[in-house]
Amino acid sequence: MTEAIPNPGAATIDPQDDKTPVVEFNDVSIAFELKPVLKNISFSVERGQTLILLGPAGCGKSVLLKLANGLLAPDSGSIRIFGHEITTMPERDLFKLRAQIGMVFQESALFDSLDVEDNVAYRLHEERVPEDQAHARVVEALKFVELAQAIDKFPSELSGGMRRRVSIARAIISNPDLILYDSPTGGLDPITSTTIIELVMKQRDVSHTTSLVVTHRLQDAFVLATHRYDPEHGMKPIPKDGPDQGIDPGTKFLMLNEHHVVFHGTTEELVHSRDPWIREYLD
Amino acid sequence: MALKSPEVFLKQKILAVQEYSTLCASAISALFTRPRYWADIITQMDSIGVGSLPIIVLTGFFTGCVLALQSATALTSFGAVSMTGSLVSLSMVKELGPVLTGLMVSGRNAAGMASEIGSMKVTEQLDAMRALGTDPVRKLVAPRLFATVFMLFFLTIIADAFGIAGGALMSVTILGLNASTYLHDSYRGLVHGDIVQGLTKPVFSAFIIATVGCYCGMKTTGGTQGVGRATTQAVVISSVAIIIVDLLVTRAMIGIFGS
Repeated sequence: MTEAIPNPGAATIDPQDDKTPVVEFNDVSIAFELKPVLKNISFSVERGQTLILLGPAGCGKSVLLKLANGLLAPDSGSIRIFGHEITTMPERDLFKLRAQIGMVFQESALFDSLDVEDNVAYRLHEERVPEDQAHARVVEALKFVELAQAIDKFPSELSGGMRRRVSIARAIISNPDLILYDSPTGGLDPITSTTIIELVMKQRDVSHTTSLVVTHRLQDAFVLATHRYDPEHGMKPIPKDGPDQGIDPGTKFLMLNEHHVVFHGTTEELVHSRDPWIREYLD
Repeated sequence: MALKSPEVFLKQKILAVQEYSTLCASAISALFTRPRYWADIITQMDSIGVGSLPIIVLTGFFTGCVLALQSATALTSFGAVSMTGSLVSLSMVKELGPVLTGLMVSGRNAAGMASEIGSMKVTEQLDAMRALGTDPVRKLVAPRLFATVFMLFFLTIIADAFGIAGGALMSVTILGLNASTYLHDSYRGLVHGDIVQGLTKPVFSAFIIATVGCYCGMKTTGGTQGVGRATTQAVVISSVAIIIVDLLVTRAMIGIFGS
């Protein structure tokens, strides 16, 4: 965090305070045209943690991410991001807060009329970063997603997987403290999905960025929970005989069903859950 | 399609008016505060102003031609065919120039704005813009509003000029009038109030075109079909609003200038 967000309602939070949850939902509900989408949602995400959001299609996972970024306002409840209450925060202050949040959209949401470089550098251009510095950072971000060769292409010239990687580069360019991934592998083939999950994992394990990952693909979720990124060898399973017993301790799960949270806990708790709906979903 | 109850229908309409008013207020406020997107303003001025020039020139010119021919038919019966220049210039400057320019630009640009912003809305580009810390009203609406108001003013002057020129061509070649007499009569027929009236209308029309086009775009839902619907709505609403506001401005100007 670089700048304090003026919000008289919020307590003063030390940006380096590791104990303050990065994301905190308290009794949040939202409905669209009187149809409830989320009801009484409460959870928190600690610094450095990865929270995987699971649930059937249409259960409100994407809405939850948009609430976390202030793109939607809840009907009731409280949402605190980096300790700041965002439900009552004016849009102008939300724009400043979002400088610390990266978001990868379901369909990438790249700007059609801008090339890859301008898409990735969008935030830097808004912040009036000098052109040579912006270019260097774009190249660095594109190298991270292994797409440096596509710097001068337009989104219409890219495949679905490449668009998703550009979207990830755009989200990480400003080194955000929180990244929200909305179905980063949705609609992609299994091989491309693995590449995208590896990038999510790389960001988690290299930069230790707090993240919320929406997915409806269980295999992606479990790969994230049981693998770690190694700079030399890429994605590798966490040894079962090691201290973490094959599971990444910083990766947790939140399951939604019929507008409510039905599970919030660790990977181990999830796989050993006796809840019949969860068992059916996992099987 | 399910029928809505009158209560729900009314609530939706009132909400739409409220959202439109908020958008207009935010766009005006964005014009007077930083940051301003000058590059976008210049791009929009080129697209709206320079891009609309051919249709405005053609519309103005041929309207002037038709006006001269039609009015000459009526004026001949009173032996006042020499008044054609005055009638054409008055009609073009006070009414036809501003309204036709407004309607043509509405058809071209309100539709363009609604479809462009609507496409961005349905592909989540507007949300992405907000997520990247940019206010879409400031980035997309304010430049279009400024560019439309600025350029429509000059497009109207061009349409008026070409309308009078078209009338001159018909008067000289078909009606056998003297070119100097026509132009002198056209000039003499106009007073200060006519010019003010003719140049006040495009400011209102431009405001309607830009804000309605952008509003319809930003409220687009329902994928590509929704984009088509938003585009149609933008043209219909802005065209009707231009004609209604034209009446109100005309009445106000008559009240102020007396003619």
